[in-house]
Amino acid sequence: MIKAIVNVSLKAGVLDSQGKAVHHALDSLHFSGVNDVRVGKQIILKLDTADKTKAMTDVTRMCEDLLANTVIEDYEIELV
Amino acid sequence: MPNSNIKVSILQFPGTNCEYDTQHAFEELGAKTEIIWHKSESIPSDTNLLVVAGGFSYGDYLRSGAIARFSPVMKAVTEYANAGGKVLGICNGFQVLTEAGLLPGALKRNEHLHFLSKHHHLRVENNDNIFLEKLNNGDLVNIPIAHHDGNYFIDDAGLKDLKANKQILLTYTDENGAVKNPNGSVESIAGVCNKDKNVFGLMPHPERAMELILGSDDGIKMLQGFLKA
Repeated sequence: MIKAIVNVSLKAGVLDSQGKAVHHALDSLHFSGVNDVRVGKQIILKLDTADKTKAMTDVTRMCEDLLANTVIEDYEIELV
Repeated sequence: MPNSNIKVSILQFPGTNCEYDTQHAFEELGAKTEIIWHKSESIPSDTNLLVVAGGFSYGDYLRSGAIARFSPVMKAVTEYANAGGKVLGICNGFQVLTEAGLLPGALKRNEHLHFLSKHHHLRVENNDNIFLEKLNNGDLVNIPIAHHDGNYFIDDAGLKDLKANKQILLTYTDENGAVKNPNGSVESIAGVCNKDKNVFGLMPHPERAMELILGSDDGIKMLQGFLKA
């Protein structure tokens, strides 16, 4: 069994309002030295295969079709 | 009734809550209507206009409209649109149509993260389409907005296409027509159509602007555009 960890976040250049709000909140808590905050989501899939190549192909298709909206979002896939 | 031969079919997903307002609005204008549950695999063959109504869909898990896009009925919607059928997506319906790839761009969380619910002025940008042909370019309408994810995004290349093809329908303004952007949308865009000008989407709710006593009846002129034989 392979676990796929998919991280979805807004593309660079697409304003991340939630990240900005979190950044402001950190500032107001006096956490200095934070240059940028991006908020994304993590989707964890347990796959019924041991074949990493197949897993990567399948999860990439899932990202393209549903898990990410590639108009505004990027995704990264990690297999463990 | 002048529009009694026009049939408006209105989609209903789990969570849709504007289907009866939409039905009421079109019936007031003299159209026949039918509400179509999302499990239906076809849409009525006498449909002249298909409306994807506002509200929510499937809890809007993942992204607004992302799950609704895979409803059984959406295949029929796509076929209907690709065959030239007229489709109007209002609010969540706009989000569903962008997720389905029937309209360009995407709707993000509002820039200031608040749910917005109020009347807002809009300027007509392009009226050479059936939706807005009863209005003139530059006209202002006062239409309610009610959304959390109405921040329209499109990349620079896409924006250039929208402008070249006159696909920007409406932009947010103040009551004098000056740009006033409530949600961070690129170029203050409130609604767009596809290249073929048969699929329309907007965040504001024209179906809620049908009675002066309720604040505005500017929605009548917008929805009437669809109701000619």
